[in-house]
Amino acid sequence: MKMFNEELEKQLKEIFAALKGDVTIALFTEPGCATGEETTGLMEEIAALSPKIRLVRYDRTVDAAKAAEYHVERVPAIVLIDSSGAYRGIKFYGIPAGHEINSFIPALLEVSGAESEVPAEFAARVAAIRRPVDIKVFVTLSCPHCPGAVQKAHKLALMNSNVQAEMIEASTFEELSRSFNVSAVPQIVIDGKTTLLGDQPMQAILEAIEAEAS
Amino acid sequence: MNLDLSFHLDAGLGSKPALDPDALHDVLVVGAGPAGLNAAMYAARKGLDVAVLGKRKGGQVLDTSAVDNYLGLDGVDGEGLAERFLKHLSKYSVPVLDGAEVVDVFSQGPVHSVVLSTGESYRARALIVATGSTPRRLGIPGEDRFAGKGVGYCAICDGPLFAGKDVFVAGGGNSAVQAALDLAQMSRAVTVVHRSRLRADQVLVDRLLSHSRIAVLLGTRIVEVTGQAAMDGLVVEDAATGARRALPGDGLFVEIGHLPNVGPFAKRLVLSEHGEIVADARGATSVPGIFAAGDVTDFPYKQIVIAVGSGATAALSANEYIARTAF
Ligand SMILES: Cc1cc2nc3c(=O)[nH]c(=O)nc-3n(C[C@H](O)[C@H](O)[C@H](O)COP(=O)(O)OP(=O)(O)OC[C@H]3O[C@@H](n4cnc5c(N)ncnc54)[C@H](O)[C@@H]3O)c2cc1C
Repeated sequence: MKMFNEELEKQLKEIFAALKGDVTIALFTEPGCATGEETTGLMEEIAALSPKIRLVRYDRTVDAAKAAEYHVERVPAIVLIDSSGAYRGIKFYGIPAGHEINSFIPALLEVSGAESEVPAEFAARVAAIRRPVDIKVFVTLSCPHCPGAVQKAHKLALMNSNVQAEMIEASTFEELSRSFNVSAVPQIVIDGKTTLLGDQPMQAILEAIEAEAS
Repeated sequence: MNLDLSFHLDAGLGSKPALDPDALHDVLVVGAGPAGLNAAMYAARKGLDVAVLGKRKGGQVLDTSAVDNYLGLDGVDGEGLAERFLKHLSKYSVPVLDGAEVVDVFSQGPVHSVVLSTGESYRARALIVATGSTPRRLGIPGEDRFAGKGVGYCAICDGPLFAGKDVFVAGGGNSAVQAALDLAQMSRAVTVVHRSRLRADQVLVDRLLSHSRIAVLLGTRIVEVTGQAAMDGLVVEDAATGARRALPGDGLFVEIGHLPNVGPFAKRLVLSEHGEIVADARGATSVPGIFAAGDVTDFPYKQIVIAVGSGATAALSANEYIARTAF
């Protein structure tokens, strides 16, 4: 079943005109993966809208080496790869549909090189992160505040290769969500320990990372 | 599965649509909910130089699933309605600064200045305060401790996390009933707990009472949220007898009304006993040149259509005020 109607397709094509370089959507699934088919369908529709977007499909087991390279821990997983073939530390676990399309599209643009600006002082603080940081953002697809939180976490990862950030769709990854006691979204979990609730400003996420280090 | 397209290209830090900090604008609208957006459109149509400074484009409308009471737009969803508002306003090329929080306000003669959390300040001949409201909390033991661990304030956001579980809704107004109906789509059982009678519109009450998975406990006060790592239930009290009992459950959505977001305006403007900005029939506040509209005012009913109307009123009043005032 197609997700995009004509109007949405037209809108997205206009948005994708701003893609700077090529982006590869590396999609990991496995046979029997419940939401894999839907996710594949959505990615195929998106890739068809711009010659700059390429979709490459991987099987988590068959392509175990690739999965390890991109630190893919569960499926369905979407990893965005830039035009130089580099993994930029950002992932989507579960389908970025519903409201979450709004974190997926900016991510495509960012990884294509159409980067949003950040004040210099803030960029310097992000660049100063020297240890590996893992940010998980739990979302639901019906949550209007969630894409903002995902976008911010992803931006931090794009700015510093020590940071990895992932969206996790809580209904798809129920057990994982339960293990983090997720009952409200967005829930931002830094290094498995510090938890922030809600669509927090980027400063707040950065401060939580800085506070952990000290 | 649907897609709700509406995104920002920067994550809240990047370049913002330019607004000249040195210019003296005619009108600055604070808050980008229904009241603020309509005020901006009316001001723009009067030919005023207007801009909107708002924390979140769309306001509370984004937090609701179905809006069934906006005349002419039967069954529109909250997000869709907010998009229509923004699209309509975009015809007038009014700058709308998103992620902009006003933290201070001061005046020099008839010129009013607002300061954002990021430090920039902007000046205008008139301000329209349309900062809306935020959900009221119960203020009972366990509510803070289990916030995000069972206690929630956005049923449409968190509802999927309670699929197959038992949830409570506190409150008896429209938003409580709507939350119960939304939650009942996925949860195993929903119990609405309210200390007095239901105040919601009859059409919603009828749907509530006829729903097989929703129970309603009236005349009942929630006195505590209990649990260990996560919430596991409530303690409730019968309003008539004072008898207490424990009710097991996994989640509680608090929908007991709203508190006005008066923010920095509290120190400048006369407030009502409920902490709302007192505004007259023309939207004028206690300070000349500062107008207010929507949920943040002392107008008794908090509805989208009312916020939209009061935004128009405030803009038209601001226009008259600017025309007759020497700056
Ligand atoms: C779950 C839910 C369901 C609802 N359902 C309905 C319905 O079906 N029908 C209906 O008519 N009404 C409904 N309402 C009520 C309706 O949403 C409100 O009455 C309406 O949104 C009020 O509009 P407003 O513009 O006054 O304020 P808001 O919508 O609250 O917008 C105010 C904006 O100002 C921003 N702001 C606050 N402080 C500042 C600051 N200092 N600086 C900058 N910006 C600031 C806020 O972030 C917000 O974006 C519902 C409300 C909720 C929460």
